Amino acid sequence: MSLQLIKPDVNIDFVGKRYFFVALSTAINLAAILLLIFVGLNYGVDFAGGTLVQVRFTEAVSGSQIRAALAPLHLGDLTVQDFGKVGHEYLIRFAEGHNVRNLGRTIGDALNKAGNHAEVERVETVGAKVGHDLRTDAIEALVFATILMGVYIAIQFRHVSWSFGAGAVIALIHDVLVVTGALVISQLQFDLTTLAALLTVIGYSVHDTIIVSDRIREDAAKRRREDLATVMNRAINETLSRTLLTSGTAITVLIALLAFGGPILRPPAFTLLVGFITGTYSSIYIAGPVVLFWEGAGRRRKTLSRAA
Amino acid sequence: MAAQNQNLAPILILLAIAIAILYLHLTGGSGKTRLYLAAALTVVGVLLLLPSLAVPLPSWYTSWFPTPKIQLGLDLQGGSHLLLEVKLDDAVKNALKRRGEDFKRELASNKIDAEVTQDPSGAVLIKLKDPSQRSQFLDLAGRLYNDLTISQQSSEGGAVYAINFTPHELAQVRSSAMDQALETIRNRIDQLGVRETTVQREGEDRILVQLPGIQDPERAKELIGKTAVLEFKLVDDTHSVADAQRNGPPPGDQILYGRPEEGGRQAYLVESPVLMTGDVVTDARVRPGGRLEGPYVTVDLDRRGAEMFDAITAANVGRRIAIILDNTVYMAPVIKERIPEGRVQITGSFTIEEAHDLAIVLRSGALPAPVNIIEERTVGPSLGRDSIRDGELSFIIGALAVLIFMVVYYSGAGLLADFGLSLNILLLVCVMAALEATLTLPGIAGIVLTLGMSVDANVLINERMREELRAGKSPREAVKLGYERAWSAVRDSNISTFAAGLILFEFGTGPVKGFAVTLCVGILTGLFSCIVVTRAWYDYLISQRRLTTISV
Repeated sequence: MSLQLIKPDVNIDFVGKRYFFVALSTAINLAAILLLIFVGLNYGVDFAGGTLVQVRFTEAVSGSQIRAALAPLHLGDLTVQDFGKVGHEYLIRFAEGHNVRNLGRTIGDALNKAGNHAEVERVETVGAKVGHDLRTDAIEALVFATILMGVYIAIQFRHVSWSFGAGAVIALIHDVLVVTGALVISQLQFDLTTLAALLTVIGYSVHDTIIVSDRIREDAAKRRREDLATVMNRAINETLSRTLLTSGTAITVLIALLAFGGPILRPPAFTLLVGFITGTYSSIYIAGPVVLFWEGAGRRRKTLSRAA
Repeated sequence: MAAQNQNLAPILILLAIAIAILYLHLTGGSGKTRLYLAAALTVVGVLLLLPSLAVPLPSWYTSWFPTPKIQLGLDLQGGSHLLLEVKLDDAVKNALKRRGEDFKRELASNKIDAEVTQDPSGAVLIKLKDPSQRSQFLDLAGRLYNDLTISQQSSEGGAVYAINFTPHELAQVRSSAMDQALETIRNRIDQLGVRETTVQREGEDRILVQLPGIQDPERAKELIGKTAVLEFKLVDDTHSVADAQRNGPPPGDQILYGRPEEGGRQAYLVESPVLMTGDVVTDARVRPGGRLEGPYVTVDLDRRGAEMFDAITAANVGRRIAIILDNTVYMAPVIKERIPEGRVQITGSFTIEEAHDLAIVLRSGALPAPVNIIEERTVGPSLGRDSIRDGELSFIIGALAVLIFMVVYYSGAGLLADFGLSLNILLLVCVMAALEATLTLPGIAGIVLTLGMSVDANVLINERMREELRAGKSPREAVKLGYERAWSAVRDSNISTFAAGLILFEFGTGPVKGFAVTLCVGILTGLFSCIVVTRAWYDYLISQRRLTTISV
């Protein structure tokens, strides 16, 4: 009863088309950087500081009604965002919050007074300094994780080529940029859990790259006569089935998480899903070509030592 | 993670069985023993899970076996979370100030004429009136205080010295101020009577307070915010308060204000010197009081305090004494007579809750430095319940998807992989229960993710086995080569995700830590269940000579 989606003798020319895909990836990365600079991420209170209130209404209510109800509290600049059930659940954000006693209750009362039966589900207040500290920590963690992964791969695959490390790092950076771009477009809240998802993507993206690289390493040891490009192409084709399947199972589970896990898990679930998809793509279309550029596709590998 | 009396027995039992299985896996063999051990592991695991599932257990069981429970994070059970920052710099300044006062007394008794002040950075400045006493001063200082640095201020020609702590002493002062703050806050929070609170240190100068079930942390915030410095000073009745408010207080006096009331806050003119402080307080109790004065607080003093109070009251009958907490005058009664018993009554139109909180604060002592609340998160119980429901739903759907897929795609081998996956999740939650880890919403996401990622190992192994079978190898060979050759890819890819999990655990707080825990534990239990245990099954079949073909 077993299936086989990918035939054993598949032979798609991944490596030959690499220039196209490298160009495509570079374009996407540039777009992501531009989006990041000009549109920016929707930073949650964890990073931007301020106060966040999650409110649920029994009857449908509009954003402007909420603002009107909260106006007498003089909370300053308010952002009202859809959340969860449309028209019924909202996220209200503002910069202040420390000066108001019983913030949750005060806001709940103000909303109820305006005639909307409101329930304050969650209140989060983060000081500006804490937010700033977390931002710096976050960037440090991302950079550290990327370098760590790169070094690990470089060491593990050093017998074939040091450039595996470089290939993995470039694939990683590509993945982080694509995910960030997706987050900018979707304007989902970028808070600590989203960052955690991003760090997990870094860990997993490498996971995928390793599966392909491992096969390249093994084949490179066996077929010493062939040039690197051919070896690589064959390796990618051989592992295509397992690359797609391992990512496939993870992606299936993430789709379930995104669809059914509730609005609070949406940002990290989305991050993981996009990250895992581009992680698969980058293992095939980026990590390999980088190594080829480094080593030169057609050159005979005269100095191939024993593969690890 | 609240470090309650952690019983290591459960986790050690699990580990022992797991290691036994692992050992047998590495030395090869028929697989039968391994399968029995795996069954035993499952039974132990389920037993460990029972307390967390709120299954009622008979008392003979609970007295013999450990009953660890998984903790629910605040985002799942509802409650408040406060992150406090202790102003350690202020603690250092206060400590230096006390040294300065010590210095003053020593210099006076050694007849060295000097002026002692404190500059804005906290350093104590000593200005010698007679520069020729320099060597005497340095001598004295060196003899008495070897934990201070004394540096000369060049501008004043050898007459002014700045006193600071040595780096070693500075670290000590900061560290013990932090310990004291932690202890004090913990005392105060404990007395709130909230169950299963957490008060723990975060980093160098932060304290995390978690109050499960509390929707309204205002009272806790008030309790925490009070520095609680208790002071006794004499009221100056010879000068007019109104005059002092207009023209400034007379030398040696200061203006302090009382608690907020109907008509505003009353002003008091008090003499600045502190006669007695709160460190002599041994106990504080709330008494209901009569209808007129309402609840009041009686404060007991230790022997030294009682003597001091005796002396103060004896010397000042007829004058008013101001009882001041955090620079707010709580009351200023007339001293009618000497009070030798060392007991003070503080009245002042308190509500019963205010009196209660005052007693708490006096009992737990003063904070060595002010504490700021830099982060506050409150989750309502309905949101917590919704989150759990969402988490469960996504888990069930994700699990079904993967389980069905594996069987459809790999048939027999897929079914085996499903078994491995189920064992994985079971062991994952058992380990969490054994460690009394905290489950958060991102933690549930981590478990769902583990579903998708741990099955990778089996995909790799199965694909490899297919390849070897295609190449004409025997089933036995295919199994052996499949597991062997897939291992390097499985190992390396899981190490990288595990490393990311460790980074997250180090760097993250609360919910993120919960995610890191399920991710990392899931990888370990996954490697174990999906590789070691499934292999045991194949080995068993092979030893029984039942493996003529592999269904994969």
